[in-house]
Amino acid sequence: MDLSPKQSSPSESTRFPDEVLERVLSLLTSPKDRNAVSLVCKDWYTADSWSRRHVFIGNCYSVSPEIVARRFPRIRSVTLKGKPRFSDFNLVPDNWGADVHSWLLVFASGCPFLEELRLKRMRVTDESLEFLALNFPNFRALSLLSCDGFSTSGLATVATHCKNLTELDIQENGIEDLSGEWLSCFPENFNTLEVLNFSNLITDVNPDVLERLVSRCRSLKVLKLNRTSSLDRLQRLLISAPQLTELGAGSFSEELTLQQHAELKYAFGLCKNLSVLSGFWDASALNLSAVYPACSRLSFLNMSYTALQSPELASLLPHCPCLRRLWVLDSVGDKGLEAVGANCPSLEEIRVFPTDPFDEDMIHTVTESGIVAVSQGCPKLHYILYFCRQMTNAAVATVVRNCPDFTHFRLCIMNPGQPDHTTNQPMDEAFGAVVKTCKKLKRLSISGLLTDLTFKYIGEYAKNLEALSVAFAGSSDLGMQYVMEGCSKLKKLEIRDCPFGNVALLSGLERYESMRSLWMSACNVTIDGCRSLAREMPRLNVEVMKEEGSDDCKADKVYVYRTVAGPRRDAPPSVLTFSGL
Amino acid sequence: MEGGVAYEQGLNLKATELTLGLPGTGETEGQGGVRNNNKRPMPTSETNEEESQALKAADRGSTAPAAKAQIVGWPPIRSYRKNSLQAKKDNESEASGMYVKVSMDGAPYLRKIDLKVYRGYPELLKALEAMFKFAAGVYSEREGYKGSEYVPTYEDKDGDWMLVGDVPWDMFMSSCKRLRIMKGSEARGLGCGV
Repeated sequence: MDLSPKQSSPSESTRFPDEVLERVLSLLTSPKDRNAVSLVCKDWYTADSWSRRHVFIGNCYSVSPEIVARRFPRIRSVTLKGKPRFSDFNLVPDNWGADVHSWLLVFASGCPFLEELRLKRMRVTDESLEFLALNFPNFRALSLLSCDGFSTSGLATVATHCKNLTELDIQENGIEDLSGEWLSCFPENFNTLEVLNFSNLITDVNPDVLERLVSRCRSLKVLKLNRTSSLDRLQRLLISAPQLTELGAGSFSEELTLQQHAELKYAFGLCKNLSVLSGFWDASALNLSAVYPACSRLSFLNMSYTALQSPELASLLPHCPCLRRLWVLDSVGDKGLEAVGANCPSLEEIRVFPTDPFDEDMIHTVTESGIVAVSQGCPKLHYILYFCRQMTNAAVATVVRNCPDFTHFRLCIMNPGQPDHTTNQPMDEAFGAVVKTCKKLKRLSISGLLTDLTFKYIGEYAKNLEALSVAFAGSSDLGMQYVMEGCSKLKKLEIRDCPFGNVALLSGLERYESMRSLWMSACNVTIDGCRSLAREMPRLNVEVMKEEGSDDCKADKVYVYRTVAGPRRDAPPSVLTFSGL
Repeated sequence: MEGGVAYEQGLNLKATELTLGLPGTGETEGQGGVRNNNKRPMPTSETNEEESQALKAADRGSTAPAAKAQIVGWPPIRSYRKNSLQAKKDNESEASGMYVKVSMDGAPYLRKIDLKVYRGYPELLKALEAMFKFAAGVYSEREGYKGSEYVPTYEDKDGDWMLVGDVPWDMFMSSCKRLRIMKGSEARGLGCGV
């Protein structure tokens, strides 16, 4: 870019050479900061474009790959999110879209130096994985979370061709698991791996190949094994990789002899740097004690795949004095959560998942006592995800009084529309307490019997709210209107099974362009309402997913999002796209 | 609603009615949103009054659909996690031991026992009594576990709740899905003192 000074620029004397400006800007890494910088003036916009290395795209349809490649030709790392979050719960048809292939085609010529690709809820085929492996010579890191459409053959091509791979992170995907052969596709001299996560896969990999790979990769920090990995294998792997900072154990239920137990415990003892532990499918109490020596620096413990009982958790926790994040199943019960409150003073995040979501006997469960016990012992708590079958307004009020710093409050009372079980009142006051007390609240998921009052509270008090998830709640359009009017920082709104119709939908007209997306399913919105919205707001894509057999005028599932790329052209027949353009 | 009326009176005439259908069939949709499922009959007891109140409240305020398990995408748990738990359940049922869960009314968590370990009812009962610290009393075909505070029951393959001891041991082993040690007062109607 030429450096000829502008004639009448007042800032002439303070203009930096581009290289300096780019260098300075490259120290800014947060996307928000970068976006702000790019709006200052044309020079800064250009400098940012040339020096941007990482792009985060929260909705793959909000922009086109061509626009991204043109603006940021030198990006090294891309994070792309595709389907609406409710696709995790089977509410979105399989062929909905979000295919990564078109992005790869454009990037192959526009951003050939791409090194890292992180995808969430995207469709990824084996073809795409092969294309990726063959067309990006510097490619190093692949992370796939909640994606679908690929098989272990795709992984094999990545292992075969990506000579500098440092990260292969395969999490919670709908993957076609054909065989464990892919692991054997890493060349014998390949040694750059730092992150290997194949916990998603069921088919077993060759244990010798794995052991050789692990011992070759001296920089390996993260290793997450799959369910079929035996304890014996784990023990040997730990001995050869004591430098691990994150470990996902495999199945933990085998019966061990005293000797084997001691050896396993010894191996865990060698791992002085473990900060994250996960996996442990089917852990038995006895085997768990082998893990204790590795827990002194543990900050994140994910036991959400094994039905731990309260005594086991109570024995384990005292060994984890630095614990900041804990994920468990509700099998630990209220007693287990009392142990959490008693042993984890530094706890910042807790997630309690249901062991048996459809358990109708309500025996495996936690109640309001559990969450209160945690809040009493863990004043630093700021993130909670809690699945339960009963709750009271008073308990929630107590929890937020004990922990006023919540940024993420996600409460799922599993029976839809269930009231406070001691007073039979709606749960309005519970969430009222949350929004009134937690000024920093960014994400809220509500449940239970809720009237429009809950939404009035949210609109009035939750001024920093960015994401709201609503199900089976509200009494009228007013509910949604309160939120659209009051929550000026809202970015994501997902609503299902609520009595909100066109009036509610259109009340957010002014807001949708500053939001990432809106989802409304099984509400009272009609096709006409969607058409109106699209007409009024041409820079929104309004999409309706029709269900078989529903009325012609009903908009069963509505997905609205801002975009600079216009209506998408890859929607399947069951998705109607409305656009004002 | 038929069932609703019966509950409001504190009685559950429908459940003790002799029919050829499985327990729970013929009960109305309205109760679907509450904890009582259609796998076993509601016990006739004084606690019914509270339950009927809860039912009324739930019906009044709830927008709950008929059967919990039929709502698509609810509770909001990722398919991956659901499949993991399901695989676990399948594994458990195929395992070589014959493990069944045992719950006791009032106990905070469940236990699991391997039925194969016991040679007959007396051993099983002794083990349960020791595990949960209760006394089951003496079994008789006519009167069940008469006079005991707690009564051992089990859920069979058809989803019915049966009294432990009524069928031959082998038949019990092959049909028992899980055990529940019920409070004696709730177990009336299961063959005790009919």
